Formats: sequence, C-alpha cells, structure tokens
Amino acid sequence: MVEQQRAILSPETLIEEFNKNGVTHVVTIPDSETNYLYELMKEQPSLEIVPASREGETFAIALGLIIGGKKPVCLIQNTGMLESGDSIRGMALDSGFPLVMVVGYRGWNRHGVITDSVARYTEPFLNAMRVNYYLVEQDADASRISLAFEEASKTKRPVAILVGDEYHGFNRV
Amino acid sequence: MIRAEDVFRTFQEHRGEAIVIPTGTSGRHWMDFTTNEKRDLNLGGAMGQTTSAALGLALSLPQEKVVLFDSEGALLMNMGILATIAGKKPKNFFHFLLDNECYATTGGQPVPNAEEINYAGVAKEAGYAAAYSFTDLEEFATSVDQIMKETGPVFVAIKVVPEVENEPIGRRQRRPSRSRAETIRDLHSELGITVA
Repeated sequence: MVEQQRAILSPETLIEEFNKNGVTHVVTIPDSETNYLYELMKEQPSLEIVPASREGETFAIALGLIIGGKKPVCLIQNTGMLESGDSIRGMALDSGFPLVMVVGYRGWNRHGVITDSVARYTEPFLNAMRVNYYLVEQDADASRISLAFEEASKTKRPVAILVGDEYHGFNRV
Repeated sequence: MIRAEDVFRTFQEHRGEAIVIPTGTSGRHWMDFTTNEKRDLNLGGAMGQTTSAALGLALSLPQEKVVLFDSEGALLMNMGILATIAGKKPKNFFHFLLDNECYATTGGQPVPNAEEINYAGVAKEAGYAAAYSFTDLEEFATSVDQIMKETGPVFVAIKVVPEVENEPIGRRQRRPSRSRAETIRDLHSELGITVA
C-alpha cells in the first residue's frame, strides 16, 4: 500500500516542471479527474489557464499564444486528442513551433488487459501523426517532462507527454 | 447584403494599428485595402480553428487590438469557441463575421440554417461584451468607428454577397499572397517578438 502511494504522479510535480520550463499558459479542458491539478494551477501566479470548449481549440489557441511570444502547453485527455487531429496537423505540426501537449492516458494500464478502446488507439494515433511522446506515470518520471520540452524546442514540433496516472494522482481527496 | 470589398474599404479607415486576420473567400479582398501588411496575419490551417488562434493572439498581446474577419462556415465548425472567447473576456478582441450564408468555395451550398440563424444573438448570449448585425453598408459605415473604440470582446455579424466558385480548384486564378509563416515572421519583426 505504501509503495502504491509513493508511485503516483503528483500534481505538484507537473506544476514544478511547467514552472521550470517557463510555461506561461495552460490551454485545457478541465475534467473532474484532474480537478486538484486545476485548482493548483489556478494558484500559480506564473500560469494563466485558458479553458477551451473542445480539445481541437487548444492547439489553435496555443499557436496564437506562441505567435505572441508566450509558452503554452495543451492539457487534454486522449479522447479529445483523437478529436483534434486536423488541428494538431494544421495548427501545431505545420506551424514549425515547439509545443508540449500533456495528454491524460485514459484507459492505460500496465497490468492486465486494456479494456478502454481509447487507450488502444492513443499511441497508434500519435505514431500516425509523427508526434513523439513520453510516458509519465509517477514522480520518478518527472525528468521525462523536461525531456519533452527540450525535444519540442530542438525540433520545433509538438511533443506529447502521456500521463499514465490520470486516475490516481491528480484528484487528491 | 453588403459586398465584402465594401466592408474592407470601410473598415480600413478605422483600423488604426490593429492586427488584422482575414479568412475565407470574402477575406481575400482585404489585400486590396490594407495599408499595413506587417500587421496582417494569415492564421489559416484548420477550418474552424482560425478563431481559436486569433483568441490566443489576443490573449498574448493584450496591448494590441486584434481584429478577426471570420466566416460563418468556419464558425459553425467550432461554435463552442464563442463561449471560450467570452469566458476569457479579451478586451482587445474584435470578432467580425462575414456571413455569405454558403460554402462559396465549394460551389455555394447553403450552410445549416443559413437564413435564420442569428450569429450576433448567439455571441451576445454566449457572453460577448457587445454584438451587432449589419445588412446595410451605410449603417455599418456609421457604426464601425464607435465599435472599434469599444471594450471587447465585440462581435460584428455582416451579411455579405456570396462569391461562389465553381471552377475546379486547379483551374482557379489565385493571386499571390504571403504564406502563414511569412506573415508571422513579418509580425514578429514589426513587434519585436521572439519565440521561446
């Protein structure tokens, strides 16, 4: 039980990585599973939250912010990422700017059979879009978040962070 | 209905230093009237998402007026953006909608509920600070100066004459225009912006 508690990805870790990498805006669709992260982001003076109505918007809003000299991340769930295909293509991949997208990996499970179809399509989708990704499941993986920012900056392309602990670490009770 | 070129001719006199983002088939007339190309921005790339990109720009440059000339076909693809914009309340955002009631570039098929939908009404109820509708050029001409002095987000729906294209895409005459990347580079140079 103790080991299980230690193996979570805490919202504080994500915030720390955002701050370390100079993130100015989080363009997001809030959801109940990530409520604690949302509340924590709201408390950060360095972060402005931009709530979107649909995930495809987040990549276009992010492009506008980047053009204006800001450093946004898109924080969405994998279901919404699937909806965002044309926006990722036209507003992120084709723009030639770095962008980190933090994607809740709904349905991901290291153990047993994955039953949620969205988890089965998540990585094939990213591979089809030629978007590289880093799986982050616990605090010990935090350095991979900075790696994603570095890669995005170097390649001037979107890079995804798949948050594989979506249903445990973000909704502190 | 108003001709799109008359909208732009009229608007240009009141543009000031605003950043202008034209879209759609009607939007291409802007290049005939602009006098400050370095502040014109092409944000196309995914139909329905130029509005979102314009919002991002307005949020990132609160000291600049950002003017979007949207089209109704694109807005219908992502109508939720009206709530997103209203929620962020960008005081510097002026959202013009050139409504020709059809998909002009694909042969003029009507958009859903083309004649009855009230876009300004939708924007106002979504939470825009102000919303207007125009079908008459003179009325638009006498109002635009005051509109550009208002606190955003402001929505301005204008019924424009459709310019339907039926030629196959490969045979259409296209005037040279700057790419998205070129317009971004020019704006960065104009405003002294560097991307992190």
